[in-house]
Amino acid sequence: MVADGVEDEEKWLSAGMAGLQQNAFYMHRALDSNNLKDALKYSAQMLSELRTSKLSPHKYYVLYMKAFDELRKLEIFFRDTISLGFSIVELYELVQHAGNILPRLYLLCTVGSVYIKTKEAPAKDILKDLVEMCRGIQHPLRGLFLRSYLSQVSRDKLPDIGSEYEGDADTVMDAVEFVLQNFTEMNKLWVRMQHQGPVSEKGKREKERNELRDLIGKNLHVLSQIEGVDLDMYKEVVLPRVLEQVVNCKDDLAQYYLMDCIIQVFPDEYHLQSLETLLSVCPQLQPSVDVKTVLSRLMDRLSSYAASGVEVLPEFFQVEAFMKLNNAIRKVTEAQADMPMVGVVSLYASLLTFCLQVHPDRLDYVDQILSSCVNELSVREGLDDSKATRQIIALLSAPLEKYKDIDTVLNLANYRCIMEYLNDSMRKEMANIIIQNIMNNKKTISTADKVDALFELIKGLIKDSGVETPDEPEDEFKEEQNSVARLIQMLHSDNHEEMLNIINTVRNHVLMGGAKRLPYTIPPLIFSSLKLARRLEGQDQSVTGEDVSVTPKKIFQIVTQTIDALASIPVPGLALGLYLQCAEAADDCDLEPVAYEFFTQAYILYEEEITDSRAQVTSIHLIIGTLQRTHAFGVENRDALTHKATGYSAKLLKKPDQCRAVYACSHLFWIDDHDNVRDGERVLLCLKRALRIANSVQQMANATRGSSGTASVVLFVEILNKYLYFYEKGVPQITVESIQDLIKLITNELRGDNIKSDAVADAFFSSTLRYIQFQKDKGGAISDKYKLIVL
Amino acid sequence: MNYIIGAFKPACHVTVTFSDEKSRKKVALKKEDGQTVMVPLFRSLETISGRVSVEPVLGKKVEHNGIKMELLGQIEMYLDRGNFYDFTSLVRELDIAGEIYERKTFPFEFSNVEMPYETYNGLNVRLRYVLKVTINRGYGGSVVQYQDFVVHNYTPTPTINSSIKMEVGIEDCLHIEFEYNKSKYHLKDIILGKIYFLLVRIKIKNMDLEIRRRESTGSGSSTHVETETLAKFELMDGTPVRGESIPIRLFLSPYELTPTYQNINNKFSVKYFLNLVLVDEEDRRYFKQQEITLYRLADSARQGETL
Repeated sequence: MVADGVEDEEKWLSAGMAGLQQNAFYMHRALDSNNLKDALKYSAQMLSELRTSKLSPHKYYVLYMKAFDELRKLEIFFRDTISLGFSIVELYELVQHAGNILPRLYLLCTVGSVYIKTKEAPAKDILKDLVEMCRGIQHPLRGLFLRSYLSQVSRDKLPDIGSEYEGDADTVMDAVEFVLQNFTEMNKLWVRMQHQGPVSEKGKREKERNELRDLIGKNLHVLSQIEGVDLDMYKEVVLPRVLEQVVNCKDDLAQYYLMDCIIQVFPDEYHLQSLETLLSVCPQLQPSVDVKTVLSRLMDRLSSYAASGVEVLPEFFQVEAFMKLNNAIRKVTEAQADMPMVGVVSLYASLLTFCLQVHPDRLDYVDQILSSCVNELSVREGLDDSKATRQIIALLSAPLEKYKDIDTVLNLANYRCIMEYLNDSMRKEMANIIIQNIMNNKKTISTADKVDALFELIKGLIKDSGVETPDEPEDEFKEEQNSVARLIQMLHSDNHEEMLNIINTVRNHVLMGGAKRLPYTIPPLIFSSLKLARRLEGQDQSVTGEDVSVTPKKIFQIVTQTIDALASIPVPGLALGLYLQCAEAADDCDLEPVAYEFFTQAYILYEEEITDSRAQVTSIHLIIGTLQRTHAFGVENRDALTHKATGYSAKLLKKPDQCRAVYACSHLFWIDDHDNVRDGERVLLCLKRALRIANSVQQMANATRGSSGTASVVLFVEILNKYLYFYEKGVPQITVESIQDLIKLITNELRGDNIKSDAVADAFFSSTLRYIQFQKDKGGAISDKYKLIVL
Repeated sequence: MNYIIGAFKPACHVTVTFSDEKSRKKVALKKEDGQTVMVPLFRSLETISGRVSVEPVLGKKVEHNGIKMELLGQIEMYLDRGNFYDFTSLVRELDIAGEIYERKTFPFEFSNVEMPYETYNGLNVRLRYVLKVTINRGYGGSVVQYQDFVVHNYTPTPTINSSIKMEVGIEDCLHIEFEYNKSKYHLKDIILGKIYFLLVRIKIKNMDLEIRRRESTGSGSSTHVETETLAKFELMDGTPVRGESIPIRLFLSPYELTPTYQNINNKFSVKYFLNLVLVDEEDRRYFKQQEITLYRLADSARQGETL
């Protein structure tokens, strides 16, 4: 059925074309033989093809264009005829003898344009006559094309300023009047199209009308091109008249298109100066008109105008552009109660962009916009729409991007209120954006209040909402939490008390995060606390009376409580590490009991929670390392701790691990810069024990696999290195003989028949030997010692 | 134009020549046989003068009982068995009985002839003026020669010429108001006006303005009326909406119109009407007819009207 329609149309078009071409042929003949009468006759017949009602606008246009081309030839002929002395007045009458109105008016317009060129009559009179006579075509499609033809042929003949047709009698006003009238009539026809024909074809008509809209819009373009239309005339005449037509036509398609057209066609400063008029129309448009897009485009245009240079900004202030726009938006949203949320939000987003561009210093404006937005959000539904989401995120991101400073944004009271209306995923996204922004701008946040506000904003990332989000990708979650962790690092105040407040604030927020988040968020918090503690220690002497509230002790209390929170989640490894960090920091602060307590906590964790042998190995090395560095402990405490640590070491499951842990323990007994810790006996004890374990590793290997693994050899070499280290340090219990025995032992092992040569062990051993050689050759006290070793 | 051949009477040639033959304006006249000839144009109370020349064929002598010339104003009614009514008849004796041997010319003159009616060629009636030369011969029949001429009478511009304004309509269907700028138009006039649509509930396809001529012949019960449409001029294409006003501008010059004739010699009348016709999409016609008066204005009295 539809296909038939298209086919038929094709047929009609080609029939029309054929008729047109045939008559055009006769017309050409008449033109060639200078026969005016025939020329008129055949041109009228040719134009009669345009009387068809069977074509869609698209096809009709094809026909029209063909006729248009032919009429150009006719126009040239008319001009020649006139120049040969024929009276233009007579010609103007002659064409009006045609009985059919459509051909008559096309011819009249053609002759009219020649008439204006002759300047025998004022252009304005002719134009007025033409535009008036065109009323005879009330058929929308034909009328639109006829008037479009009129507009086309008259374009270069308007009595504009500076135009050759600007006679005494012709003012710009006449040109404007002419275009306005033609525009008005065209728009009426265009709108009427919608209401003619069966209801069932409404959609089709709408489509067809859309194809035609540029014919109408062109008039506005012509208006904007008229030199004489200055700001005053635009404000006083052009805009009011155009808007009157826009409002009165009561057609959504036309209103939307024309408003957009006005905004795009006329210069920015005109819009600015006539803002009130333009905006006052918006609430009067049909409810179905997409006012938000119109307004958004207007604001976008003005924004980019404002961005074009600071010298234009005073204009904006002078006309109070912001207030006007704000009012307009309010009215529009009031008038259109069922406007979708996305529309409302995008309106405010555009306004915000505008405001930031024009009034970057007026935070109150920004807040005002946000507050209006909050009001809207509270009464409307539908924020779940993904488009609305995008818009609201754009809205919230705009101030961040503009100010590049979270401080400023935190001052916007309503910013948070908007966040309240977001759903979880949006809140998260927004929080990410905020954090990203802070990171990019590298600005620290330095008061607890702000931190509090900030964490309120990003709470989407900080704590679980009531509703479970089932399948959130692990990676994403990690990424998010890592950024929160980074954010915590950005919080800094030079004032200790404030810093403590910040830490407390963050802690309060972070602790609500639940088991999943704590492993990510607690470490940075702890480190930042410890940093503060160390800073306090560094300037202990200068602590004055009023600063007393902040003491390292207090911080450590907080820290302890914080780490305790980790206990509820099984991440003992992390907790242990943190305790050790704390212990070290406490040690730095010379708080022996505190440090001891931390170690105790760490040991308890080790004993009770860490069961995995691998984790045990890691943990024990951490413990040993940390313990080795401490210096605040008294002998008893130290003994207790080191004893425990060596005990743990010897109880590791795998022998090599045992061996390594034990020889590591040796360091606990001999610390260079620590006079109290110089216990060579126990060092030797540890190393010997390590050797024993290494031996048993070798035997076990022999027993189970029939050949000694290379693992034990590596262990021997490692122990040798320890020997050398302590030998170098001057531990008296480490003798040259024991070293030489060890070297011999290793050499034998490596050469033994039942050992496959092992590159790693070989290399390790030979580089150790090279080291000894190197020390021998170096000279000096150490060298002398080494020289005692015989390889 | 200065000779008319009596082809079936080879006895002699009779030719009528007007004295101001060269300078006088001539107009086209359609003859009964369908041919168009150019004939001189006169007005009432003009003097019609000239000469008649009689030339015998091949040296034959023409005997006659006298030669006379008549100026006849005739009305011919086709429906009345083609009868003529002479409303004007003037006679001039040109020659007494005698013989003509060679070409001989006779001057004639009708001074200040009253010719109140215009030449008219209608559907059922014809009004004509003719000069009739008769050479009376007792036997062999008389030689009769006709010479047509045309009479146009000018009317001064009417002093009262009000516009025609009227509101018409079909209840709840169509209401229009139309206006023609005058009620009396000269033959080269332009009809200006507009149609204002007050209510449109029908789908109008187009609107035409027609010029119709109503010719009534006879009188009383035997009156015969015939109407013909002389012009059909499209005013509007498509369906207007309420509040639209459509301009009218119709040039009368291209059409073959005559002035309005009111009861010419009690024989016939010619009236003109403007007929406004609206056609809807089902091809129903809605129309309103208004009489207008046409008159002939002297060319010199016409202003150069542009639009």
